[in-house]
Amino acid sequence: MTMTDSPVPNARGDQYAGLLARVAETRDRAAFARLFDHFAPRVKSFMMRKGSNSEQAEDLVQETMIAVWTKAAMFSTDRGSVSTWIFTIARNLRIDRLRREKSQLYTDLEDFDAPDLRTGAEETLGRSQEDNHVATALAQIPEEQRRLLILSYVEDVPQSEIALRLNIPLGTVKSRMRLGYSRLRKLLESMT
Amino acid sequence: MTIKHHLDDATILAFAAGTAGEAHGIVIAAHLAMCPTCRASLRAAESLGGGFLAAQPETTVSEDCRAATLAGLDAKVAQKSVPVPRGELPPALFRALGGKSLSDIHWHKKAPGVATFDVPMPKGERTHLKLLRIGTGRAMPEHGHGGEELTLILKGSYSDHMGKFSRGDVADLDQATEHTPVVDSDEDCICLVATEAPTRFKSIWARLAQPFVGI
Repeated sequence: MTMTDSPVPNARGDQYAGLLARVAETRDRAAFARLFDHFAPRVKSFMMRKGSNSEQAEDLVQETMIAVWTKAAMFSTDRGSVSTWIFTIARNLRIDRLRREKSQLYTDLEDFDAPDLRTGAEETLGRSQEDNHVATALAQIPEEQRRLLILSYVEDVPQSEIALRLNIPLGTVKSRMRLGYSRLRKLLESMT
Repeated sequence: MTIKHHLDDATILAFAAGTAGEAHGIVIAAHLAMCPTCRASLRAAESLGGGFLAAQPETTVSEDCRAATLAGLDAKVAQKSVPVPRGELPPALFRALGGKSLSDIHWHKKAPGVATFDVPMPKGERTHLKLLRIGTGRAMPEHGHGGEELTLILKGSYSDHMGKFSRGDVADLDQATEHTPVVDSDEDCICLVATEAPTRFKSIWARLAQPFVGI
Protein backbone atom coordinates (compact mmCIF):
# COMPACT_ATOMS: atom_id res chain seq x y z
CA MET A 1 0.00 0.00 0.00
CA THR A 2 1.41 3.36 -0.96
CA MET A 3 1.25 6.47 1.12
CA THR A 4 -1.37 8.01 -1.12
CA ASP A 5 -3.96 5.34 -0.67
CA SER A 6 -3.29 4.86 3.01
CA PRO A 7 -6.58 4.52 4.86
CA VAL A 8 -5.15 6.63 7.63
CA PRO A 9 -4.04 9.86 6.00
CA ASN A 10 -3.64 11.43 9.37
CA ALA A 11 -0.77 9.11 10.16
CA ARG A 12 1.25 11.00 7.61
CA GLY A 13 3.07 13.79 9.32
CA ASP A 14 1.81 12.80 12.74
CA GLN A 15 5.07 11.53 14.16
CA TYR A 16 3.35 11.21 17.53
CA ALA A 17 1.04 8.55 16.14
CA GLY A 18 4.16 6.48 15.45
CA LEU A 19 5.44 6.99 19.00
CA LEU A 20 2.05 6.09 20.40
CA ALA A 21 1.98 2.92 18.30
CA ARG A 22 5.33 1.94 19.82
CA VAL A 23 3.92 2.53 23.27
CA ALA A 24 0.89 0.41 22.46
CA GLU A 25 2.75 -2.43 20.79
CA THR A 26 5.98 -2.78 22.73
CA ARG A 27 5.37 -0.66 25.86
CA ASP A 28 8.28 1.47 24.68
CA ARG A 29 9.25 3.80 27.51
CA ALA A 30 11.59 5.91 25.41
CA ALA A 31 8.75 6.59 22.99
CA PHE A 32 6.50 7.46 25.90
CA ALA A 33 9.10 9.83 27.32
CA ARG A 34 9.17 11.66 23.98
CA LEU A 35 5.41 11.94 24.01
CA PHE A 36 5.57 13.23 27.55
CA ASP A 37 8.17 15.84 26.69
CA HIS A 38 6.09 17.10 23.81
CA PHE A 39 2.59 17.01 25.27
CA ALA A 40 3.03 17.49 29.02
CA PRO A 41 4.11 21.17 28.77
CA ARG A 42 1.16 21.88 26.46
CA VAL A 43 -1.37 20.09 28.63
CA LYS A 44 -0.01 22.06 31.56
CA SER A 45 -0.49 25.38 29.76
CA PHE A 46 -3.94 24.31 28.68
CA MET A 47 -5.01 23.46 32.22
CA MET A 48 -3.61 26.71 33.56
CA ARG A 49 -5.56 28.67 30.95
CA LYS A 50 -8.65 26.93 32.29
CA GLY A 51 -7.94 28.17 35.78
CA SER A 52 -5.84 25.45 37.41
CA ASN A 53 -2.79 26.51 39.38
CA SER A 54 0.59 25.00 38.57
CA GLU A 55 0.24 22.14 41.03
CA GLN A 56 -3.29 21.18 39.97
CA ALA A 57 -2.23 21.45 36.35
CA GLU A 58 0.68 19.06 36.95
CA ASP A 59 -1.63 16.59 38.69
CA LEU A 60 -3.79 16.59 35.60
CA VAL A 61 -0.71 16.32 33.36
CA GLN A 62 0.33 13.23 35.27
CA GLU A 63 -3.12 11.65 35.13
CA THR A 64 -3.49 12.48 31.47
CA MET A 65 -0.11 11.06 30.49
CA ILE A 66 -0.62 7.90 32.53
CA ALA A 67 -3.93 7.45 30.73
CA VAL A 68 -2.05 7.88 27.45
CA TRP A 69 0.21 5.01 28.50
CA THR A 70 -2.65 2.84 29.71
CA LYS A 71 -5.00 3.45 26.80
CA ALA A 72 -2.43 3.68 24.00
CA ALA A 73 -3.87 0.63 22.26
CA MET A 74 -7.26 2.35 22.02
CA PHE A 75 -5.93 5.21 19.92
CA SER A 76 -6.91 5.05 16.30
CA THR A 77 -5.67 7.45 13.66
CA ASP A 78 -9.21 7.38 12.25
CA ARG A 79 -10.28 9.47 15.18
CA GLY A 80 -7.90 12.24 14.25
CA SER A 81 -4.52 13.33 15.52
CA VAL A 82 -2.75 12.33 18.71
CA SER A 83 -3.31 15.90 19.94
CA THR A 84 -7.05 15.45 19.52
CA TRP A 85 -6.98 12.19 21.40
CA ILE A 86 -4.95 13.67 24.25
CA PHE A 87 -7.24 16.70 24.26
CA THR A 88 -10.24 14.43 24.89
CA ILE A 89 -8.45 12.54 27.67
CA ALA A 90 -7.40 15.76 29.39
CA ARG A 91 -10.87 17.26 28.99
CA ASN A 92 -12.54 14.23 30.53
CA LEU A 93 -10.12 14.07 33.43
CA ARG A 94 -10.61 17.75 34.13
CA ILE A 95 -14.38 17.36 34.12
CA ASP A 96 -14.09 14.39 36.48
CA ARG A 97 -11.93 16.49 38.74
CA LEU A 98 -14.38 19.38 38.77
CA ARG A 99 -17.36 17.14 39.45
CA ARG A 100 -15.52 14.96 41.95
CA GLU A 101 -17.10 11.96 40.40
CA LYS A 102 -16.45 10.06 37.29
CA SER A 103 -18.41 11.28 34.35
CA GLN A 104 -19.13 8.57 31.84
CA LEU A 105 -20.66 10.89 29.28
CA TYR A 106 -17.73 10.77 26.91
CA THR A 107 -16.31 7.35 27.59
CA ASP A 108 -19.66 5.70 26.85
CA LEU A 109 -19.40 7.04 23.34
CA GLU A 110 -16.03 5.44 22.70
CA ASP A 111 -17.76 2.13 22.25
CA PHE A 112 -19.74 3.17 19.22
CA ASP A 113 -18.73 3.30 15.58
CA ALA A 114 -16.21 1.11 13.99
CA PRO A 115 -13.89 3.52 12.15
CA ASP A 116 -15.19 2.66 8.69
CA LEU A 117 -18.75 3.67 9.56
CA ARG A 118 -17.79 7.30 9.48
CA THR A 119 -18.88 9.21 6.50
CA GLY A 120 -19.69 12.74 5.50
CA ALA A 121 -17.89 16.01 5.34
CA GLU A 122 -16.78 15.96 8.94
CA GLU A 123 -14.79 12.86 8.28
CA THR A 124 -12.45 14.80 6.08
CA LEU A 125 -11.80 17.23 8.86
CA GLY A 126 -11.56 14.58 11.54
CA ARG A 127 -9.01 12.58 9.66
CA SER A 128 -7.05 14.90 7.55
CA GLN A 129 -6.53 17.92 9.67
CA GLU A 130 -3.05 18.41 10.89
CA ASP A 131 -2.76 20.33 14.08
CA ASN A 132 -0.81 23.14 12.52
CA HIS A 133 -3.55 23.43 9.94
CA VAL A 134 -5.94 24.26 12.73
CA ALA A 135 -3.67 27.06 13.87
CA THR A 136 -3.36 28.36 10.33
CA ALA A 137 -7.10 28.17 9.75
CA LEU A 138 -7.87 29.85 13.06
CA ALA A 139 -5.79 32.81 12.01
CA GLN A 140 -8.01 33.20 8.96
CA ILE A 141 -11.40 33.49 10.61
CA PRO A 142 -12.79 36.78 11.91
CA GLU A 143 -11.48 37.84 15.29
CA GLU A 144 -14.93 37.87 16.92
CA GLN A 145 -15.46 34.23 15.97
CA ARG A 146 -11.96 33.13 16.93
CA ARG A 147 -12.28 34.84 20.29
CA LEU A 148 -15.45 32.91 21.16
CA LEU A 149 -13.93 29.58 20.19
CA ILE A 150 -10.89 30.32 22.36
CA LEU A 151 -13.06 31.33 25.31
CA SER A 152 -14.95 28.09 24.96
CA TYR A 153 -12.20 25.59 24.18
CA VAL A 154 -9.26 27.09 25.99
CA GLU A 155 -10.79 28.97 28.89
CA ASP A 156 -13.74 26.68 29.58
CA VAL A 157 -16.32 29.44 29.60
CA PRO A 158 -19.89 28.18 28.98
CA GLN A 159 -21.75 29.87 26.13
CA SER A 160 -24.28 31.53 28.43
CA GLU A 161 -21.42 32.98 30.46
CA ILE A 162 -19.67 34.21 27.32
CA ALA A 163 -22.89 36.05 26.44
CA LEU A 164 -22.88 37.77 29.83
CA ARG A 165 -19.21 38.61 29.79
CA LEU A 166 -19.30 40.10 26.33
CA ASN A 167 -22.76 41.54 26.85
CA ILE A 168 -24.17 40.02 23.69
CA PRO A 169 -27.24 37.79 23.33
CA LEU A 170 -26.73 34.04 23.70
CA GLY A 171 -28.13 33.58 20.20
CA THR A 172 -25.34 35.78 18.85
CA VAL A 173 -22.72 33.77 20.74
CA LYS A 174 -24.07 30.59 19.21
CA SER A 175 -24.34 31.92 15.69
CA ARG A 176 -20.79 33.31 15.82
CA MET A 177 -19.49 29.98 17.08
CA ARG A 178 -21.38 28.14 14.36
CA LEU A 179 -20.04 30.49 11.72
CA GLY A 180 -16.49 30.24 12.97
CA TYR A 181 -16.73 26.49 13.10
CA SER A 182 -18.18 26.06 9.62
CA ARG A 183 -15.60 28.48 8.26
CA LEU A 184 -12.83 26.46 9.92
CA ARG A 185 -14.17 23.23 8.50
CA LYS A 186 -14.12 24.62 4.99
CA LEU A 187 -10.61 25.98 5.41
CA LEU A 188 -9.36 22.70 6.80
CA GLU A 189 -10.97 20.71 4.02
CA SER A 190 -9.29 22.93 1.44
CA MET A 191 -5.92 22.22 3.05
CA THR A 192 -6.25 18.50 2.65
CA MET B 1 -34.38 4.57 13.54
CA THR B 2 -33.89 7.50 11.24
CA ILE B 3 -33.02 10.65 13.06
CA LYS B 4 -34.32 13.81 11.44
CA HIS B 5 -33.66 16.44 14.07
CA HIS B 6 -30.08 16.89 15.15
CA LEU B 7 -28.02 18.83 17.64
CA ASP B 8 -27.11 22.38 16.76
CA ASP B 9 -23.42 22.82 15.94
CA ALA B 10 -23.12 25.29 18.80
CA THR B 11 -24.32 22.55 21.18
CA ILE B 12 -21.84 20.06 19.78
CA LEU B 13 -19.06 22.64 20.19
CA ALA B 14 -20.01 23.14 23.85
CA PHE B 15 -19.96 19.40 24.46
CA ALA B 16 -16.63 18.99 22.67
CA ALA B 17 -15.10 21.85 24.62
CA GLY B 18 -16.44 20.39 27.85
CA THR B 19 -18.56 23.38 28.81
CA ALA B 20 -22.07 21.92 28.54
CA GLY B 21 -23.89 21.62 31.88
CA GLU B 22 -24.53 18.21 33.42
CA ALA B 23 -28.20 17.91 32.39
CA HIS B 24 -27.51 19.10 28.86
CA GLY B 25 -24.49 16.83 28.71
CA ILE B 26 -26.67 13.80 29.48
CA VAL B 27 -29.20 14.74 26.78
CA ILE B 28 -26.39 15.39 24.29
CA ALA B 29 -24.64 12.10 25.09
CA ALA B 30 -27.97 10.25 24.87
CA HIS B 31 -28.64 11.70 21.42
CA LEU B 32 -25.07 11.01 20.30
CA ALA B 33 -25.47 7.39 21.33
CA MET B 34 -28.30 7.16 18.79
CA CYS B 35 -26.97 9.43 16.05
CA PRO B 36 -23.90 8.64 13.91
CA THR B 37 -24.23 11.98 12.09
CA CYS B 38 -23.80 13.97 15.28
CA ARG B 39 -21.02 11.67 16.44
CA ALA B 40 -19.12 12.57 13.27
CA SER B 41 -19.70 16.26 14.03
CA LEU B 42 -18.44 15.73 17.56
CA ARG B 43 -15.22 14.23 16.27
CA ALA B 44 -14.71 17.22 14.02
CA ALA B 45 -15.34 19.56 16.94
CA GLU B 46 -12.92 17.60 19.09
CA SER B 47 -10.25 17.88 16.44
CA LEU B 48 -10.52 21.61 16.90
CA GLY B 49 -9.76 21.02 20.57
CA GLY B 50 -6.70 19.01 19.52
CA GLY B 51 -5.60 21.97 17.43
CA PHE B 52 -5.95 24.29 20.40
CA LEU B 53 -3.98 21.92 22.60
CA ALA B 54 -1.23 21.58 20.01
CA ALA B 55 -1.03 25.36 19.71
CA GLN B 56 -0.51 25.92 23.44
CA PRO B 57 2.80 27.41 24.49
CA GLU B 58 4.98 25.09 26.55
CA THR B 59 4.94 25.58 30.29
CA THR B 60 7.83 23.92 32.08
CA VAL B 61 6.78 20.75 33.80
CA SER B 62 8.65 20.00 37.02
CA GLU B 63 11.12 17.15 37.14
CA ASP B 64 9.02 15.69 39.97
CA CYS B 65 5.97 15.50 37.77
CA ARG B 66 7.91 13.84 34.98
CA ALA B 67 9.58 11.37 37.33
CA ALA B 68 6.30 10.56 39.10
CA THR B 69 4.58 9.96 35.79
CA LEU B 70 7.29 7.66 34.50
CA ALA B 71 7.37 5.83 37.83
CA GLY B 72 3.61 5.50 37.76
CA LEU B 73 3.54 3.63 34.48
CA ASP B 74 3.97 0.26 36.11
CA ALA B 75 1.40 0.77 38.82
CA LYS B 76 -1.49 -1.57 38.31
CA VAL B 77 -4.34 0.66 37.38
CA ALA B 78 -7.50 -0.44 39.07
CA GLN B 79 -9.44 -0.71 35.86
CA LYS B 80 -12.97 -0.12 36.91
CA SER B 81 -14.80 -1.90 34.20
CA VAL B 82 -18.04 -0.09 33.90
CA PRO B 83 -20.48 -2.20 31.93
CA VAL B 84 -22.14 -0.27 29.17
CA PRO B 85 -25.83 -0.98 29.41
CA ARG B 86 -27.55 -1.92 26.21
CA GLY B 87 -31.25 -1.61 26.03
CA GLU B 88 -34.11 0.76 25.89
CA LEU B 89 -32.22 3.70 27.36
CA PRO B 90 -29.06 5.41 26.14
CA PRO B 91 -26.17 4.71 28.57
CA ALA B 92 -25.91 8.29 29.84
CA LEU B 93 -29.55 8.32 30.91
CA PHE B 94 -29.43 4.78 32.26
CA ARG B 95 -26.65 5.88 34.58
CA ALA B 96 -28.38 9.11 35.55
CA LEU B 97 -31.44 7.07 36.54
CA GLY B 98 -29.28 4.78 38.68
CA GLY B 99 -30.05 1.79 36.50
CA LYS B 100 -33.82 2.17 36.50
CA SER B 101 -35.83 1.65 33.36
CA LEU B 102 -38.61 3.92 32.21
CA SER B 103 -41.22 1.55 33.59
CA ASP B 104 -39.64 1.56 37.09
CA ILE B 105 -39.83 5.30 37.44
CA HIS B 106 -42.06 6.86 40.00
CA TRP B 107 -43.88 9.39 37.86
CA HIS B 108 -45.49 12.47 39.34
CA LYS B 109 -48.84 13.25 37.80
CA LYS B 110 -49.00 16.93 37.02
CA ALA B 111 -52.18 17.19 34.99
CA PRO B 112 -54.42 14.80 33.10
CA GLY B 113 -52.17 12.97 30.67
CA VAL B 114 -49.03 14.69 31.92
CA ALA B 115 -46.48 13.18 34.29
CA THR B 116 -42.93 14.17 35.12
CA PHE B 117 -39.91 12.82 36.89
CA ASP B 118 -36.96 14.90 38.07
CA VAL B 119 -33.71 13.11 37.33
CA PRO B 120 -31.33 13.68 40.25
CA MET B 121 -28.39 15.96 39.47
CA PRO B 122 -25.14 16.36 41.41
CA LYS B 123 -25.24 18.86 44.25
CA GLY B 124 -24.75 22.44 43.17
CA GLU B 125 -25.51 21.70 39.53
CA ARG B 126 -27.33 24.60 37.93
CA THR B 127 -29.01 22.61 35.19
CA HIS B 128 -32.14 20.49 35.56
CA LEU B 129 -33.05 17.23 33.93
CA LYS B 130 -36.60 16.04 33.69
CA LEU B 131 -38.49 13.20 32.08
CA LEU B 132 -41.86 14.14 30.66
CA ARG B 133 -44.59 11.69 29.78
CA ILE B 134 -47.43 13.08 27.71
CA GLY B 135 -50.53 11.28 26.52
CA THR B 136 -51.80 11.04 22.95
CA GLY B 137 -53.32 14.20 21.55
CA ARG B 138 -52.09 16.38 24.38
CA ALA B 139 -49.98 19.45 24.05
CA MET B 140 -46.61 19.53 25.74
CA PRO B 141 -46.63 21.83 28.74
CA GLU B 142 -44.31 24.80 29.04
CA HIS B 143 -41.44 23.46 31.07
CA GLY B 144 -38.56 25.79 30.56
CA HIS B 145 -37.40 28.74 32.58
CA GLY B 146 -35.96 30.44 29.58
CA GLY B 147 -32.29 29.75 29.11
CA GLU B 148 -31.01 26.86 27.13
CA GLU B 149 -33.38 23.99 26.64
CA LEU B 150 -32.71 20.65 25.02
CA THR B 151 -35.36 17.95 24.46
CA LEU B 152 -34.74 14.36 23.36
CA ILE B 153 -37.58 12.06 22.36
CA LEU B 154 -37.25 8.62 23.93
CA LYS B 155 -40.63 7.11 23.02
CA GLY B 156 -43.65 8.04 20.94
CA SER B 157 -43.66 11.22 18.90
CA TYR B 158 -44.93 14.76 18.72
CA SER B 159 -45.32 17.32 15.99
CA ASP B 160 -45.04 21.07 15.84
CA HIS B 161 -44.29 23.60 13.13
CA MET B 162 -40.76 22.18 12.87
CA GLY B 163 -42.14 18.78 11.90
CA LYS B 164 -42.46 15.42 13.54
CA PHE B 165 -40.15 14.42 16.38
CA SER B 166 -39.72 10.70 17.07
CA ARG B 167 -37.36 8.52 19.11
CA GLY B 168 -33.83 9.83 18.90
CA ASP B 169 -34.79 13.24 17.56
CA VAL B 170 -33.64 16.21 19.53
CA ALA B 171 -35.21 19.66 19.73
CA ASP B 172 -32.29 22.02 20.19
CA LEU B 173 -34.10 25.31 20.14
CA ASP B 174 -33.14 28.91 20.56
CA GLN B 175 -34.70 30.47 23.60
CA ALA B 176 -36.75 32.71 21.39
CA THR B 177 -38.40 29.88 19.47
CA GLU B 178 -42.06 29.47 20.32
CA HIS B 179 -43.54 26.11 19.76
CA THR B 180 -46.61 24.16 20.77
CA PRO B 181 -45.87 20.50 20.20
CA VAL B 182 -48.78 18.03 20.25
CA VAL B 183 -48.29 14.34 20.88
CA ASP B 184 -49.37 12.40 17.78
CA SER B 185 -48.30 8.85 18.60
CA ASP B 186 -50.70 6.14 19.79
CA GLU B 187 -48.52 5.52 22.80
CA ASP B 188 -47.45 8.12 25.35
CA CYS B 189 -44.60 10.36 24.32
CA ILE B 190 -41.65 10.30 26.71
CA CYS B 191 -39.03 13.02 26.44
CA LEU B 192 -35.91 13.94 28.31
CA VAL B 193 -35.61 17.67 28.86
CA ALA B 194 -32.60 19.63 30.07
CA THR B 195 -33.17 23.18 31.23
CA GLU B 196 -31.11 25.86 32.86
CA ALA B 197 -32.05 27.45 36.12
CA PRO B 198 -32.31 31.21 36.01
CA THR B 199 -28.75 32.24 36.69
CA ARG B 200 -29.14 35.96 36.51
CA PHE B 201 -28.08 36.80 40.01
CA LYS B 202 -25.19 34.40 40.06
CA SER B 203 -24.01 35.45 36.66
CA ILE B 204 -24.08 39.14 37.36
CA TRP B 205 -22.11 38.47 40.49
CA ALA B 206 -19.65 36.37 38.55
CA ARG B 207 -19.36 39.15 36.05
CA LEU B 208 -18.47 41.72 38.67
CA ALA B 209 -16.05 39.39 40.40
CA GLN B 210 -14.36 38.23 37.27
CA PRO B 211 -13.71 40.99 34.78
CA PHE B 212 -13.32 39.86 31.23
CA VAL B 213 -9.82 38.71 30.52
CA GLY B 214 -8.72 39.31 26.97
CA ILE B 215 -7.52 36.42 24.94
